[in-house]
Amino acid sequence: MSRRPARPSVPVTIDGEEHLAYEGETILDLARRVGVRIPTLCQLDGLSVYGGCRLCVVQTEGDHRLKPACATEVTGDLEVTTSTHEIREHRRRIVELLFAEGNHICAFCVSTGHCELQDLATEHNVDHIHYDYEYPRNTVDASHPKYLLDRDRCVLCTRCVRVCDEFEGAHVWDIANRGSESRIVAGLDIPWGESESCTWCGKCVLVCPTGALSFKGRSTGEMVHDPEVISFLSRARREGEWVGRKEQV
Amino acid sequence: MSTPNGNGNGQPRKLRFATAWLGGCSGCHMSFLDLDELLFDLAEHVDVVFGPLTDVKVFPPDVDITLVEGAVTNEDNVEIARAVRANTRVVVSFGDCAVTGNVTSLRNAMGDPDPMVRRVYVDHPDINGAMPTEIVPALLPQAEPLHELIPVDVYLPGCPPSGERIRNALFRLVESLEAGEGIPDMDWRTPDDLRFG
Amino acid sequence: MARNIIDLDDIASVELEARSRYTHRALVCSSTGCLSAGAATVRSTLEAELEQADRGQDVQVVPTGCPGLCSRGPLVRVESRGPTTTHYEQVDEDAARAIVRDHLIGGQPATEARITPEDLPFYVKQHRVVLAYAGTIDPERLEDYVAAGGYRALSKALSTLSPENVIEEIAAAGLRGRGGAGYPAARKWKLLHDAPGDEKYVVANGDEGDPGAFMDRTIMDSDPHRVLEGLALAAYATGASLGYLYVRAEYPLAIERLERAIRAAKRAKLLGRNVLGSKFSFDVEVRVGAGAFVCGEETALMASIEGRRGNPELRPPYPTERGLWGQPTMINNVETLANVPAIIDQGAAAFAAVGTEASPGTKVFALAGSLTNTGLIEVPMGIPLRDIVFEMGGGIPKGLAFKAAQTGGPSGGCIPERFLDTPVDYEHLRELGSMMGSGGLVVMDETVRMPEVARFYMEFCRDESCGKCAPCRVGTVKMHAFLDRICRGVGRQRDLQHLESLCRTVRETSLCGLGQSAPNPVFSTLEHFRDEYVELLVEDEVFQGPEALAAASPGGAR
Repeated sequence: MSRRPARPSVPVTIDGEEHLAYEGETILDLARRVGVRIPTLCQLDGLSVYGGCRLCVVQTEGDHRLKPACATEVTGDLEVTTSTHEIREHRRRIVELLFAEGNHICAFCVSTGHCELQDLATEHNVDHIHYDYEYPRNTVDASHPKYLLDRDRCVLCTRCVRVCDEFEGAHVWDIANRGSESRIVAGLDIPWGESESCTWCGKCVLVCPTGALSFKGRSTGEMVHDPEVISFLSRARREGEWVGRKEQV
Repeated sequence: MSTPNGNGNGQPRKLRFATAWLGGCSGCHMSFLDLDELLFDLAEHVDVVFGPLTDVKVFPPDVDITLVEGAVTNEDNVEIARAVRANTRVVVSFGDCAVTGNVTSLRNAMGDPDPMVRRVYVDHPDINGAMPTEIVPALLPQAEPLHELIPVDVYLPGCPPSGERIRNALFRLVESLEAGEGIPDMDWRTPDDLRFG
Repeated sequence: MARNIIDLDDIASVELEARSRYTHRALVCSSTGCLSAGAATVRSTLEAELEQADRGQDVQVVPTGCPGLCSRGPLVRVESRGPTTTHYEQVDEDAARAIVRDHLIGGQPATEARITPEDLPFYVKQHRVVLAYAGTIDPERLEDYVAAGGYRALSKALSTLSPENVIEEIAAAGLRGRGGAGYPAARKWKLLHDAPGDEKYVVANGDEGDPGAFMDRTIMDSDPHRVLEGLALAAYATGASLGYLYVRAEYPLAIERLERAIRAAKRAKLLGRNVLGSKFSFDVEVRVGAGAFVCGEETALMASIEGRRGNPELRPPYPTERGLWGQPTMINNVETLANVPAIIDQGAAAFAAVGTEASPGTKVFALAGSLTNTGLIEVPMGIPLRDIVFEMGGGIPKGLAFKAAQTGGPSGGCIPERFLDTPVDYEHLRELGSMMGSGGLVVMDETVRMPEVARFYMEFCRDESCGKCAPCRVGTVKMHAFLDRICRGVGRQRDLQHLESLCRTVRETSLCGLGQSAPNPVFSTLEHFRDEYVELLVEDEVFQGPEALAAASPGGAR
């Protein structure tokens, strides 16, 4: 994100209400700034845009296809509809698909009660999953002394991949295989604990939206993530706060 | 199917209420008991005609509401679930095991359940280890949510659903059936009423 | 500048001069199809027999590209002085000997060998532009291509046309992208031309991955210089200095011939610095993809060229704004580019005289499935599907009835009998819920069950999904599971409902074209053959026993 002009100037209508957006601002940024809720999962302020979860799709006037709000920049006189019955149904189905894909057993998850997937299910009235569960045979990587990776709970949002690459500069994480075989791996698919590039910074754990990455020793419901640390870091970096140009936020 | 239209002497007859316990830990039933004094209120509206809380052996006909706890994990569960569906107006998938498979379905990712049964019944016992051939119902290849086997009318997630959550759903349901309105719209549910886990 | 034309003419006249010394030329198809049917042995037999008879100096044996009739390969054509050409089909070693004895030496068609009738609709109904030289020139010799008229367009453009002129000519021709979507080529070229920056790239997309499709493979292995020339013209018109040929690793012959063509073109100053003595410099590299269908999607393709994981990226920005290494880039399908030399050489009017107004020119189709003649054809746009199936394809074998034609591969749809008179062009196929696609055309007879067809294509999409976006990654798995259940006769009414709603979600919300179009075969088979689905369903209220439950939910561990 580059520095913004002082004043928003682009007229954009969201759900019938007119707002002024900054040039280059995304629909999602604007919606958040003016208090309109658009659900997201892979998006995280400060990280690069991925556009993988597709939960933030919105209708833009004149386009035959839905657009991801996280990746779509505003243009003048844009008319955005963030929530129709159809869009909500799409979102609900995507959330259900994510549940069906993994082994998400909320009842004893370290992050139950603090899980973005669980919240999204509630938000979209998911009271059961219409699709067969996959019951994949995933593996847990407990080789790291401090952290734990439970792939059963991973939604492949790649927040960990991006934060490790873009903030820590270590690029420990990436995705191996493709399609439904995709999974998060450390290094070139080595046990996390054996990764020499991992700096133990823990940012991946902080940004994980589910219980996939956690601090060791946490019991059911005890793992509370802190993804906002990244927007703090990103803002500090952008504003040059560490080189004393501005006051600490 | 029965109707709630009374017993012929002007008094509306009570709803016939059942619970069933499939592959679950009975925690949902415990949570049901957490209705505490509200159980008396409920009893004014319903007769409990089947479930672990009664001593009835065969699922009765003309039941209005059945709460089904647990995933479908063995042949016995299949039989009960089918009996429930055949004799119940409103089947409630009761708790996360029935709704999602939950803990009961953890075995699914491990594939064939036979080695697990062997581990428990053959390898582990101190004496007379053997594969069970009777009484213990055979496991299905996978534990499945209830709606995989029978059509379900209302979903009540939670592990277990809290007493309050049960109260909110159940009394709404009772009210609606008594008023002859059928299955109520469940869109009113707040995060407190819906969350998995 | 005139010198350049002389250079090409020199090459051509030397070549034609050499050719005139032969009484006969035996053209042996050496494209992938015939090679796998034994064309290499046929060729060596021809050469050995001629050698033995000491007639090697009178007869030239030429390995060529693909004449098209793959189902009757190996194919050998004998050209004699004068206009007569004899087409031999299903040539084996014995037939090859007979051809040498009776025809190449004896001067009479070899009656022991199988001769294709001259008026076979498969051949006579074609209109060959892209495949003009496929089957008549040696794809491994630059001289053959030049003698046939190759590189004349490039030379003409460099000496007489400005880049803008070239784009105008392409626009006047109305050339549309042959990769499937039909986007006007000139519009894309203009975008790259207008994009700021000195470093621009053009890419030929040869990642063809649809089941049953082999148009691009054949174009590349039968006439590689045509693709190079088209790419060079695109580069000249748009200001690009480097081009990539992105070809899947499953096409080793195409890769080998393209690389050989690049080397030859560089030696002849048709590529490299100051092409044909002009100020235009252009280099080309081959990039071999690892055979992922999604890498045909242009952003995934670029990621793959850059050496990254072949995942699609969000658009905008479009490649012409931000492409390879952040620079403006244009990606054209191989067949699109292969049309370009003909347009520049013969003019837009000649090109647009063929085809329909909205879809000018020709289209190459790979005919496959339940047809008497399968192989590769190039037909004018707008030809009725019925002509392709029943005349050129020779109809359905074994007296079976036609059921559907599948176009557009896993992104396309199935067209039933009652729409067979539809003209084949971009708009009409889309109206039928299918699409032109890159040109795969699979014909199905009455024994085929349409839900199984949908399941087949969905399985393909499931396996080829990159996994980046959730609706495609999981949605294709689930759509396939529903289809599988229905095909196995244990699907319920609600499974069909969920399948349809899920298809809509995957279409509307997926990130790239793979996911967005993955439900198309389901939509189209449901639209035209819904009964076949409904017949297979069981009632929702039928309670299922454990067997059915088990059958309906196959396997835990994958």
